[in-house]
Amino acid sequence: MADAAVAAGFWVQAIALAVGGSRSYFEAMSHDHDHDNELDPFAARVRALETILTQKGLIDPAAVDVIVDTYETKIGPRNGAKVVAKAWVDPDFATWLKRDATAAIGSLGYTGRQGEHMQAVFNTADTHNLIVCTLCSCYPWSVLGLPPVWYKAPPYRSRAVIDPRGVLEEFGLTLPATTRIRVWDSTAELRYLVVPMRPKGTEDWSEERLAELVTRDAMIGTGLARETA
Amino acid sequence: MNRREANSRAAMLSAGVDAPVFAEPWQAEAFAMTVALHDKGLFSWSEWAEALSAEVKKPGAASDGHDYYEHWLAALEKVLSAKGVAGKGDVDALAAAWERAAHVTPHGKPILLENDPGPTEGRGGPTG
Repeated sequence: MADAAVAAGFWVQAIALAVGGSRSYFEAMSHDHDHDNELDPFAARVRALETILTQKGLIDPAAVDVIVDTYETKIGPRNGAKVVAKAWVDPDFATWLKRDATAAIGSLGYTGRQGEHMQAVFNTADTHNLIVCTLCSCYPWSVLGLPPVWYKAPPYRSRAVIDPRGVLEEFGLTLPATTRIRVWDSTAELRYLVVPMRPKGTEDWSEERLAELVTRDAMIGTGLARETA
Repeated sequence: MNRREANSRAAMLSAGVDAPVFAEPWQAEAFAMTVALHDKGLFSWSEWAEALSAEVKKPGAASDGHDYYEHWLAALEKVLSAKGVAGKGDVDALAAAWERAAHVTPHGKPILLENDPGPTEGRGGPTG
């Protein structure tokens, strides 16, 4: 617990430094006198692009707002958790998911808007799967939402392939030396979803209840499904 | 690697687990514009991944990933410039106009481009 708090503190500090380092949105927001606003250079450039693209009829600002709202509130790892829970309780669905993940996931209403294909990789007693995108940040958006910050950061992208066992240990996941770790490098066309192993003692659980055990990290492979209390 | 480095690397990887996906509103807008332009067929997602990859692989990328959307924005600008949609000069001028408009807008009021007072004497530069 204490470690987690320290880690979270570090992160907040890192963000604060990062934001404070450039001329700043937060600084502007924290002025309590009312003479002016400032747009930081990035925000101003985004507005400039938005103006040009709207004038050229390439984007509709209302549609852009809908996309933001969708990714902030509607698409997230709960989608993926439902896929995993269904695979745990329904062997036919699991087989379908193994054979054609794009179609099986699509049948639940989760389709990728970049036309990407999905592949589900199943953890077993002797194989653990881990996903990464060494190229940039390809991620199964339709089932997991947008990737966490660390997924997009250089240390994870470079080290997940070179030293997956070490990376997993940093996430607090120590696997037996006999467990094989397979790392799947995502691309723009092919994205992966890890199907973690079903926790013991959940034989009579409903799909809905099972989905609550499936964390985002379990579906990236940096964690396992939650154990039952 | 000493212990302190090891700790901070561990923190980088495992912390921020529930950090919001967008740290600032412009990041969400840059992201959504890209998705919208792809929907419109302006580029394929592979083309986009390639452009983004070129930016995030440049030396000097922050190891905590906080500058990810800065790279995203740079990639978007490059793609739009390459497609002849928005040249750097136009974006520079319009961004400056937006900054000036923001500067003269009182807090709590929406920032509108038409409030841009224009470049001051001597600073030059075209207006948007």
